[in-house]
Amino acid sequence: MPRLIEVRNLRFHYEDGTPALRGVDFHLEAGESVALLGANGSGKTTFVMHLNGLLSGEGSVEVCGLPLQKANLPAIRRKIGMVFQDSESQLFMPTVLEDVAFGPLNLGMTRQDAASAARAALETVSMAAAIHRAPYHLSAGEKKRVAIAGILAMNPEILVLDEPTTFLDPPGQRALAELLARLPQAKVLVTHDAALARSLCTRAVFFQDGLIAAEGPVEEIVNRFGWDFASEPSQSAR
Amino acid sequence: MHHVVLERWSRGASPLHRRDPRSKFAALLVFLVVLATAHRALPLLAAAFLLLLAATLLWARVPLAGALRRAALVLPFTLLAGAVCWLGGDPARALSVVLKSYLSALAVLTVVSTTPLPLLLRGLELVGAPRFLLMVAQFLYRYLFVISEEAQHMRSAAASRGFARRSGGFRAAAGALAVLFARSYARAAEIHRAMLARAFPGRFHTLGALRFRAADAAFLALAALAPALIRAAIERLA
Repeated sequence: MPRLIEVRNLRFHYEDGTPALRGVDFHLEAGESVALLGANGSGKTTFVMHLNGLLSGEGSVEVCGLPLQKANLPAIRRKIGMVFQDSESQLFMPTVLEDVAFGPLNLGMTRQDAASAARAALETVSMAAAIHRAPYHLSAGEKKRVAIAGILAMNPEILVLDEPTTFLDPPGQRALAELLARLPQAKVLVTHDAALARSLCTRAVFFQDGLIAAEGPVEEIVNRFGWDFASEPSQSAR
Repeated sequence: MHHVVLERWSRGASPLHRRDPRSKFAALLVFLVVLATAHRALPLLAAAFLLLLAATLLWARVPLAGALRRAALVLPFTLLAGAVCWLGGDPARALSVVLKSYLSALAVLTVVSTTPLPLLLRGLELVGAPRFLLMVAQFLYRYLFVISEEAQHMRSAAASRGFARRSGGFRAAAGALAVLFARSYARAAEIHRAMLARAFPGRFHTLGALRFRAADAAFLALAALAPALIRAAIERLA
C-alpha cells in the first residue's frame, strides 16, 4: 500500500528569490497524524501549499500514489482537504449550507447529493442548526467548524490544517481538538500549539530555515526545541 | 451596515419572499417603465405609487421606516440634479427627477430586501446577466463587511497612536487606503487558493434551483397590472 504522502527533495523559491524550502523530505502513512512545528517563516505553510498543488516547486510530491501533476490535481484535491488558517477566506459563499456544498458541487455531485453531503458534514461538526446563516455572523469557533465541514463534505483521505486554533478562545480550542480527534482521516497539522500537537499527533517534524531539522515523537521534538511555553530548548537543538 | 440589514430582511418568510426572483425582476421592470414614462399629475401619481410600495413592504413584513430611510440614500445625488433643473427654470422637471429617483430606489430596495442574495444572483443569471459580473457582485457583497472591519481596525490603531485629523490627514488617509488595498489584494489571493483547494473548476455551481410556479405568474400579472392601472386611473382623473 503506497504512503498517503511522499515528498522528496522539495525546493521552492519565492518570486523575489528568497528560498522558502531547501530540500524537504516527508512522508505520511495511512491513519497517521503528524504535527509540523517550527518558527514563523520556517516554511511550514509553504510546504503544505505544495501538497495539493497550490504552489509548485522542484522535487517530487506524491499523494496516494498520484504524482503531483496538472492532470492529477482534481483527484489530489479530492483526497487532500485543506483547512486554512483564516476561516474568513475559506467561507466565501452567502450561506453556510452553500459554502459547505461548494466543494461537492465542484466534484460533480448533483444539487441534491451535494446538499445531503453538506448537511451530513455540518452534522459531524455540530453546526447543523446554522445552515441558513451567513458566514460573517458566525463566531470564530463556528467559522472554523464550518470551514472543516466544507472539507469533510468532499470526503477527503487526508486533512491538512494550518494553525487551526488561531483566533479561538480556550474553550473553542478544546472543542476543536475534541472534534479533530474524532475525525478518522490522516492529518497534517501545522501548529505552534504544543498541547494540540500532543493531543492529536503521534509524530512531529520540526522546520528550520526551509528544512526539516528533526523528526520524532511529539514530546521529544517539543522538549528538544523548547517548543512549549514553559520549556527551554535543549543544548542539542541550539 | 446596510447590506447586513438587507441580508436580514431578505431572509423573511412572506409570500413576496417566496416568489421566483424572475417574477420580481419583471414586475420591477414594468414599474420602472410606467414610472419613468409618466408626465401628467406626477405628484398624485407619486403619492399613489408610494402607497403601493409601502403596502408591498408591509405585506412582506419589511420595516417600513427603515426601508423609506434607506431609499433616501439616492436623494443627495438627485436633489443636486433637481436643484440644477430648478435653477435652470424648470421646477416641474426638478420635482420629477427627485420623485422618480426616490420611488425607483424604493422599488429596487423592495426587490432586494425580499430576495436572498443567492437567489437574486441566480435569478439575474437566468435572465442573462453576465456570470463574471455576478461573481464579482457576490464577492463584493461577502467581503465588504470584512474590508470595512479591517478599515475600522486601522482607524482604531491610528487613533490609539495619537492620530488626529489635522495636518497630514490626507497623506495618512492615502497611506491607509494603500494598505487596505494591499490587504484586500492579499485576501483575494487567499480566497482564490481556498477555492482551488476545494476543486473550483472556474465556474460557479449553486445549490438553488429556481422553479417558476403558477403563483409566480399570478404575482407577476398582478404586480405588472397594478402600476399601469393606477397610472391610467390618475391620468383620467387629472
